[in-house]
Amino acid sequence: MTLAFAILAGLTVGAAIAAMTLRNLVHCSLCATVSLVGLALLYLNLGAEFAAFVQILVYVGAVAILIVFAVLLTRSGEAPAGRVSYGLWTGLGVALAVFGTLAWAIGGSSALKALPKDSAVPALPVKDVGDKLVGDFVLPLQVIALLLTAAMLGAIVIAMREAKGNPQPATRNPQ
Amino acid sequence: MASLDQIFVTLKAWVLGLLPETVQPFAGVMISISAIMAVFPGIFALTTVVERKLLGRFQNRPGPNRVGIPLTKIRLAGFGQFIADGIKSLTKEDVVPRNADKVVHFIAPFVLVVPSFLALSVLPVGRNMAALNFTETGLLFFFAIGAATEISVFMAGWSSRNKYSLLGAMRGIAQMLSYEIPLILSSLTVVMMVGSLSLVTIVEKQTAVQWGVFHNWHVFTPWGFAGFLLFLTAACAEANRTPFDLPEAESELIAGYFTEYSGFKFALFFLGEYLGMFAISGVAITLFLGGWSAPFTFLDWVPSWLWFFGKLVGFILFFIWLRGTLPRLKVDQLMNLAWKFMLPMCLINLVVAGVWHYTADWNDLIRWPLGAALLALPYWIFSRRFESRFQTRTYRYAS
Amino acid sequence: MNPLHGYLLVSALLFAVGLAGALVRRNAILVLVGVELMLNAANLNFLAFWRYGPNPEALTGVMFVIFAIGVAAAEAAVGLALVIAIYRHYRSSNVEDVATMKG
Repeated sequence: MTLAFAILAGLTVGAAIAAMTLRNLVHCSLCATVSLVGLALLYLNLGAEFAAFVQILVYVGAVAILIVFAVLLTRSGEAPAGRVSYGLWTGLGVALAVFGTLAWAIGGSSALKALPKDSAVPALPVKDVGDKLVGDFVLPLQVIALLLTAAMLGAIVIAMREAKGNPQPATRNPQ
Repeated sequence: MASLDQIFVTLKAWVLGLLPETVQPFAGVMISISAIMAVFPGIFALTTVVERKLLGRFQNRPGPNRVGIPLTKIRLAGFGQFIADGIKSLTKEDVVPRNADKVVHFIAPFVLVVPSFLALSVLPVGRNMAALNFTETGLLFFFAIGAATEISVFMAGWSSRNKYSLLGAMRGIAQMLSYEIPLILSSLTVVMMVGSLSLVTIVEKQTAVQWGVFHNWHVFTPWGFAGFLLFLTAACAEANRTPFDLPEAESELIAGYFTEYSGFKFALFFLGEYLGMFAISGVAITLFLGGWSAPFTFLDWVPSWLWFFGKLVGFILFFIWLRGTLPRLKVDQLMNLAWKFMLPMCLINLVVAGVWHYTADWNDLIRWPLGAALLALPYWIFSRRFESRFQTRTYRYAS
Repeated sequence: MNPLHGYLLVSALLFAVGLAGALVRRNAILVLVGVELMLNAANLNFLAFWRYGPNPEALTGVMFVIFAIGVAAAEAAVGLALVIAIYRHYRSSNVEDVATMKG
C-alpha cells in the first residue's frame, strides 16, 4: 500500500468518524465535507479524474452547502442536545457486524485473489464518457433528468412555507 | 522572437538540468509553485493601489498619493501604498470575538486562499506555460475548485457568531451558487465547439488564422460574443465585485462575512478574493479571448505571456471601472437576473453555437447576422418584453 | 494483499462508519449525512473495481458513479427539505420526537 493511499484513506475515514461523533452539528458537517474531499482525492488516486472533479463540484460545492443550510435553518447548531439515542450499543454492534462480514468476504474471496496485482491505469477520456451517456446509457440519462427535475420541484414544494390562509400547527410533542 | 516567448520555459529547464535526476519532478513542481506565488500576489498588490487610485479618480479625488518608497520622501505618486498596506495588515492586532468558534474562524481564510491558488495553476499563461495541464478535465477542475471556495464563505460567516456576518455569508453563498450555473453553461458552448475540456487545447484552437490576418478568437463569433458577456457577468458575480457585491456591501453589512477578521486574516481574505477574480478573468481570457494568442498575425512577435498578462490587466481595469460606475444590485434583482435572464440566454446560446457549427460552409456574412439575430430576439424578449410586468416607478414629491 | 483489497477495505470501513452514524445519532440531518457517506463508500467500491477489474474500457464503473452522484444529490436535497418541513411542524429535528402519526 503506497504512502499516498494510506494518508488519504486515513484522512477520509478519520473525518468520517469525526463527522459522526462530534457534538456541534456545524463541525460535523464540515468534517463530512473533509471526508468528501478525501474521497475525491482517492478517486484521483484511482485515475478517475472526471469522477473526482464531479465529486468535488457536486458534493462539496452543493450537497455540503445544502447540509450546512439545513443545519442553520433548523437551528440545530445552537443547542447541542443529547447526541446519541438509546440504541448506541446496538447500532455500533450492527455496524461492526456489517464491517466484519464485508472484511471477511473481501479477504476470503478467491475471485479477488485471481485478479492481476498491477494493471496499467486505464484512460478515462471524457469524450468516451459522453459517447456512453448518449449511447449505451441514454435511458438512465433521461430517467435521471426526470428524477432531478422531480427532486428539485419536490424539495421546493416541501420546504415552502404554507399559504397565509392555513395557520401552521406548531404543536410540541407532548412526550 | 521565439526565444523571448519561451524564456521562462528554457529557464526552468536549465535550472532542472542542474539538479540530480531523482529530485527533478519535485523541483519542477516547486519552481512552478514559486512562480505562481510570486507573480499573482505581486499583481494583487499593484491592483490594490491601482484600484484605489482609479476609484479616487472616478470620484473626483486623487486617491492615495503619498506613500512612494517608505521611510523616504520619494512619493512615486502613491504607488508604494501596497507596501504600507502590507506592513499594516501584518502588524495589526488579531482580534477574535470571545464567542467565536476558534478553530473554524482560524481555518476559514486558508480554505479561501488555497483553492484560489489551485485555480490559478491551470491557466495557460503562455505557449507551453500551463503549470498544471489536465489533458481531459482542465476546465472541470477549475469549476470544481471554484465551487469549493463557497465553504470558506460559510465558515467565515458562521464562526464569527455575528448576525451581520451570517447574513452576508448566506447572501454570498446564494449568489455564488446561483451564478455558477450561467458561468458553467456559458463556458459549455466553448467546450462544445472545441471538443475538449483541456484549457491548453482551447487556446490552441483559437490560434487558427482566419482571413489571413485574424486569429480565430471565440469572441469574434456570435455565440462567443454572447457567451463572453454572460461569462463576464457571471464572473463579476462569482468574484463578489460591484455591481454584485451585496455580500460585502460596505454601506449595509460593514464588511459582510469577514466583518470579524482583522490583521493578517483579513489580508488573506482580501488576497483570496482578488486571486479568485484573477483566476476567473484568466479563464475568460482563455475561453473567449484567445488566451496567449495575439489578435492579428502581424503582432505575433510579442511574447505570449505578455499578451496574457496584458489582457488580464485589461480585465482588472474593466472590473475597477465597473465598480466605480454601476450601483449595487438588490438581492432579488440579483437572483432574478441569474435565474430568469442569464440561464435562458445561456441555453439559447448553446443552440446558436450548434447552428453555427452546422452552417460551417455558409458564407460568414450570412452566418454572423443569423447568429446575432437568433440571440438578439430572446434577449429583447427577456429583457424588454417583460418590462410591462415590472412596476413602473411612481415618484411622490412633498408638496 | 492487492491495492484492490485496500480500497475495498476502506470502502467497507466508510460504509460501516456511515451506518453507525445513521443508526446511532439523534439528529435527522446527521442521519442523512450518514446515508451520504454510505453512498460514497459504494461509489469508491465501483471505482476500485473499474480500475483493477477486467475490462475497464467499458467504463461501466465510472458511469455508475456519475449516476450515483446525481441520484445521491437529488436524494439529499429532498431529504433535507423534508427535515426542514418537519422542523417547522415539530420545532425539533430529533428523529425520536417525530413518533406520532397524528398531523
